[in-house]
Amino acid sequence: MLAVIEFDVGLDLFPMLAATLAAVVCGLLGNFLLLQRQALMGDAIGHSVLPGLVIAFLLAGTRSPLAMFVGAAVAGMATVLLVELVKRFGRVEPGAAMGVVFSVMFALGVLLIEQAAARQVDLDADCVLYGQLETLVWFGAPENLDGLLRWSTLTAVPRQVLVLASMLLAAGIFTILLFKELRLSAFDPGFATSQGFAARGLGLALMVLVAAATVASFEAVGSILVIAMLVCPAATARLLTDRLASQILVSVAVAVATGVVGYLAATAVPAFFGRDSVNAAGSMTLVAGGLVALAIVASPNHGVVTQVLRRRRLAARVATDDLLAALHRAAEQGLDRLACERLTKMLPKRSISGAVDRAIRSGLVERKRGVVRLTATGRIAAAAIVDRHRSWERYLVEEAGFAPDHVHDPAERLEHLSGTTPDR
Amino acid sequence: MSPILHRTPADLVNLGERPEHSPESPLSVHAMTVAYHRKPVLWDVDYDAPPNRLVAIVGPNGAGKSTLIKACLDLLPRASGQVEFWGEAYRRVRTRVGYVPQRESVDWDFPVSALDVVCMGRYRRLGWCRPVTRAHREAALRCLGQVGLREVADRQISRLSGGQQQRVFLARALAQEAELYLMDEPFAGVDAATERAIVEVLRRMKSDGRTVIAVHHDLQTVPEYFDDVILLNMRVVAAGPVGEVFTRENLQKTYGGRLTPLAEAAEAVARAAFEGR
Repeated sequence: MLAVIEFDVGLDLFPMLAATLAAVVCGLLGNFLLLQRQALMGDAIGHSVLPGLVIAFLLAGTRSPLAMFVGAAVAGMATVLLVELVKRFGRVEPGAAMGVVFSVMFALGVLLIEQAAARQVDLDADCVLYGQLETLVWFGAPENLDGLLRWSTLTAVPRQVLVLASMLLAAGIFTILLFKELRLSAFDPGFATSQGFAARGLGLALMVLVAAATVASFEAVGSILVIAMLVCPAATARLLTDRLASQILVSVAVAVATGVVGYLAATAVPAFFGRDSVNAAGSMTLVAGGLVALAIVASPNHGVVTQVLRRRRLAARVATDDLLAALHRAAEQGLDRLACERLTKMLPKRSISGAVDRAIRSGLVERKRGVVRLTATGRIAAAAIVDRHRSWERYLVEEAGFAPDHVHDPAERLEHLSGTTPDR
Repeated sequence: MSPILHRTPADLVNLGERPEHSPESPLSVHAMTVAYHRKPVLWDVDYDAPPNRLVAIVGPNGAGKSTLIKACLDLLPRASGQVEFWGEAYRRVRTRVGYVPQRESVDWDFPVSALDVVCMGRYRRLGWCRPVTRAHREAALRCLGQVGLREVADRQISRLSGGQQQRVFLARALAQEAELYLMDEPFAGVDAATERAIVEVLRRMKSDGRTVIAVHHDLQTVPEYFDDVILLNMRVVAAGPVGEVFTRENLQKTYGGRLTPLAEAAEAVARAAFEGR
């Protein structure tokens, strides 16, 4: 597999650098968007830059990068403000406000492009969505990586990469300097504002930065990757950590990995099947989504696997406890052993055979010819369980005012979940 | 005319003019009206908080209890009226005023530890762009200790019980080291042990010379926990010492005559408590 990864400095270095930088900038800022439940904002801005680009083109009459950048930036800011206005005066939830603004803006962009196309000008909505990484090819690049360590390399760096690098610097400084304030205003906006850290102002500053990052990124990688990167690395990191600082660090690492792996996979995976390379932004977006899915399944704390295992373990313990308690109660009535068929009538059928096997393995019960009885250690354990259950029942009747014939099930739950006796 | 504290009948005649607020009163509200989407929620509220007392704000749902607190703290725009703290505007005295929002107002899945939240009470002292220093972190730890949560300092807040979360908010308020506290339902949804712990903290605050104004839902415990009460239902029905204004008539006026049997029992308890004093 490694053999198919071909890294050509001239062909791949700058596109990969641009894609990774864009991923990191967006991934970094995405942490705060996610925590403020505004992850859709990237979506909104990513789509709304289109009319900005077309209008800038129609006004300036050229496709010069500066005109495009200004047009996109103005459109980005306009989106942020429009969403605020629709939210406040339209009295709708933020998601709806963003949906209204970005769909209308995008439609406006499409109509304007059609008009421009009628006038024989070359504008393409696809470029906005998928980006133009291929324009970053470095002609006359050195053959190998050693040749990069020269001053002349710096002059060859394309404008998009420089813009993205300075954007990353700005986003990094913003995050580090205002970490405490951003965390506070995302967690508790009311308290933040009461303490003089205006949550609305901080939110707006964040949005301006997101708009700038989106504009800086989309030219190279397209708005689909921007949207994915604003959400996916932060969402992945959120599942793997429970502190904001570590979440941010993990999200940056995830973004770097997404950029590098996604870019290389765009060439390597199709080559493995003998096909041409695919759009790098698309492949990176797939990698980003794959990492989110992986985190959902396998995260050590919040993952589906962990949750299933935890539930199974609890169910197994409950089933064993129930078995011991049933045997203990039977013994109290003079039956020191019980047939397995009898047990299946007393306890939920599904769990009984597994519970008997487990209890035999831990030496709590013994089974001879289909008849089960408690061992010496089993008797002690069973007595403790029944004792605990009865003290919960007593507690519920005496302290919590439950009816005596309604306490068995609640007591059962309390006993298994708390594992202790009630303290009075 | 409802009794309004610290105001002589002569002042009441002049309600149209702005009264002289005493600099001793930690909170003076004058002719404050607050509206949501042009529908008024609070009408012409006048109130002067006496210093060093525990004050309950009670009233039915939708009476504007939270709104009163938020409007005082400039978190909601006021349609009219003035609010002063020790005779000054809020923005000049932020460090002296502590705020405990409703527990449900924040996302308890947020990736922070209990100690991180308590440290937020020190941010105002730290100022913009300064990280939390060790001294501030230790102060926050002491505050967590005062509410009995030192052992869970490093635990993520989603892994705390509701009562513990409420106590974390209280510890954050303690970390502010303010002189006046405005609390929005500090007793909401807590177990008996937490309720006792919170009352303990409130009493300690009072004995340190602080003032607490708290939205409270449980009429039965008003006389036991609080010195003063504000009966609110879109306007101040009555305000003053519990013994004087926490009466059947005033409660009925506040709750629109639909006083529940439970509340009546509470009132009976209240009267018994005062006759016992």
